[in-house]
Amino acid sequence: MFHWLEKQPFLFAVGVFLVIAFAGLIEIVPDFAQASRPIAGKQPYTVLQLAGRHVYIKDSCNACHSQLIRPFKSETDRYGPYSLSGEYAYDRPFLWGSKRTGPDLHRVGEYRTTDWHENHMWEPTSVVPGSIMPAYKHMFKQNADLETAYAEAVTVKKVFNVPYDKEGFTKLGSWEEAKKAALEEAKAIAADMKNQDVKDAVARGEIPEIVALIAYLNSLH
Amino acid sequence: MQNAALEYDYSVAKWFTYLAIIFGIVGMVIGTYIAFELAYPELNNLFGQYGTFSRLRPLHTNVVAFGFTLSGIWAAFYYIAQRTLKVSLKESGFVSGLAKLHFWLYLILAALLVVTELLGITTSKEYAEMEWPLDILTVVVWVIFGMAMFGLIGMRREKTLYISMWYFIAFFLGVAMLYLFNNMEVPTYLVAGMGKWYHSVSMYAGTNDALVQWWYGHNAVAFVFTVPIIAMIYYFLPKESGQPVFSYKLSLLSFWGLMFVYLWAGGHHLIYSTVPDWMQTMGSVFSVVLILPSWGSAINMLLTMKGEWNQLKESPLIKFMVLASTFYMLSTLEGPIQSIKSVNALAHFTDWIPGHVHDGTLGWVAFMVIAATLHMAPRFYKREIYSKKLMEMQFWIQTTGIVLYFSSMWIAGITQGMMWRAVDQYGNLAYSFIDTVTVLHPYYTIRALGGVLFVIGLFMWAYNFVKTMSNAKVLEKEPAFASPMGA
Repeated sequence: MFHWLEKQPFLFAVGVFLVIAFAGLIEIVPDFAQASRPIAGKQPYTVLQLAGRHVYIKDSCNACHSQLIRPFKSETDRYGPYSLSGEYAYDRPFLWGSKRTGPDLHRVGEYRTTDWHENHMWEPTSVVPGSIMPAYKHMFKQNADLETAYAEAVTVKKVFNVPYDKEGFTKLGSWEEAKKAALEEAKAIAADMKNQDVKDAVARGEIPEIVALIAYLNSLH
Repeated sequence: MQNAALEYDYSVAKWFTYLAIIFGIVGMVIGTYIAFELAYPELNNLFGQYGTFSRLRPLHTNVVAFGFTLSGIWAAFYYIAQRTLKVSLKESGFVSGLAKLHFWLYLILAALLVVTELLGITTSKEYAEMEWPLDILTVVVWVIFGMAMFGLIGMRREKTLYISMWYFIAFFLGVAMLYLFNNMEVPTYLVAGMGKWYHSVSMYAGTNDALVQWWYGHNAVAFVFTVPIIAMIYYFLPKESGQPVFSYKLSLLSFWGLMFVYLWAGGHHLIYSTVPDWMQTMGSVFSVVLILPSWGSAINMLLTMKGEWNQLKESPLIKFMVLASTFYMLSTLEGPIQSIKSVNALAHFTDWIPGHVHDGTLGWVAFMVIAATLHMAPRFYKREIYSKKLMEMQFWIQTTGIVLYFSSMWIAGITQGMMWRAVDQYGNLAYSFIDTVTVLHPYYTIRALGGVLFVIGLFMWAYNFVKTMSNAKVLEKEPAFASPMGA
């Protein structure tokens, strides 16, 4: 029946490619423009928050925590209003996760504080008895990479028209301005923390990873 | 099927086999370790920031999926392609050069992947964690593999492509397409001139990114864990059992059916997410339809044993392959069940999902890779397999391990899903999140023990293989069908 095709490897490969590409085209293309539209009032991340997001990614927090609240009563009761597509318009990459070993974090900024996160990252069981989360003490010592975060913000502004510096949106400015703004933001967070090494580092003008991470987590609403 | 005049070149196939054994052990030892971390969280702190569950989990999936599985697939490919196309790699210096380059570049890539994952250099997209320099190297490796494959096809003496080759072609094309689109990213250093040179930002944002990622993510399972493994069973089971494939028409139907249906199924990862409803429904419906082509190949394989079921009792190699097909049927039934919206609402985000992945990867993929290497070994070295008894033990120990793994994860997943949604008489949530974590401790322990059993089996496999290379009885000529085994 199809024996002739099995003697024509080139045609066979073309046939296979067309058949497998079909579904992708139909599924992906129609929704692209629609899904990338931000909800009103959504702000791009500040440089410090982006640096924190990088810490979140580096330590694969998304391996255990989702950022996607499904439209069920049990989830909206536990985590807050269900997630909307436009809330993720500035998320590159998306961080929905695929497994909840820990709870969802999409709106964690609404109900956890800087102090809580500090304790949780230093010794999870001190705030959640029975927690199986690892301690992330190295985040208190290593500094966040602000340069790369700034480079990313500049990139998305230039390449994807993310509205940094536009009227009513997050200010990015020059590297010097961005660094200064990030440090101000970091100082406000460190003021709510108790770890002396972190406080000292921020006073010296450094930004430990934990501060950036908390800035990011607090921004999740 | 034998051609006495033709001397096959097994060198590249052998190298990939060694890599499969090494990566199999490394990847699954890490997997077992992180399974223990979930049950005994103190283990997270043994190696500083490099030993936490979060850092090691992507390493585990990558080493197993792209280290162990791909090595096994390529070992089988360089063996099967020569035989079904009736050509030897030796016949073309160019093609055998490509095959060797394929191996070495792949090894470099794999080593760099391990290092970068440990350092936390990742794009966070599951099964596509590598940053752009390694993505480019991946594409290079892939293109070289493709050139080697089409080079061999171009040289072939057998005019008609055997079923296994259909699947290898689809494997090449499918992964190429998926990988390219999902890994589209902009290196930030090239735009901004500062920061880390290897950092990049995804071309897609939010929901779009998720859509492309799961279109890739699920179909990486299709085109790495399913398609080439079917290619392997279509060659090795008929060969080992001496039985012809049951039905040509069924293999045709299941091949084209699988090609057409599989790509739609990725949407089932996004049910109740923010992608449009119609897409979720498509993902759900097509996942159920996918049972047909999947079971088509599995039934075709099982019926290949028609009238020869006694071999199942006599040969551990046949055992591995028949159980692989059976696990394939199990996971291709389980997947569609989890794709039904109401079931997905319960199962998504729970341990039932890793449970599902593992009955497929351990039962189907790993068993098929193990069987393939042991079938090839007597042909590689002109020696019989060192120990049948050891293989028999390995089979039962690993099967027990898999059963412990998936049954504990089924219970854990459903328990957790039910607890998340449980409400008291006033409609308030009955449990806090941590209640649903601590209750899983026994199941996490059982899962880790399942992992230990599987890893023990891997060491038996490695031992048996090495002994086959060095100590087993020498054969006068290559066995035609059933592989000879020592006691």
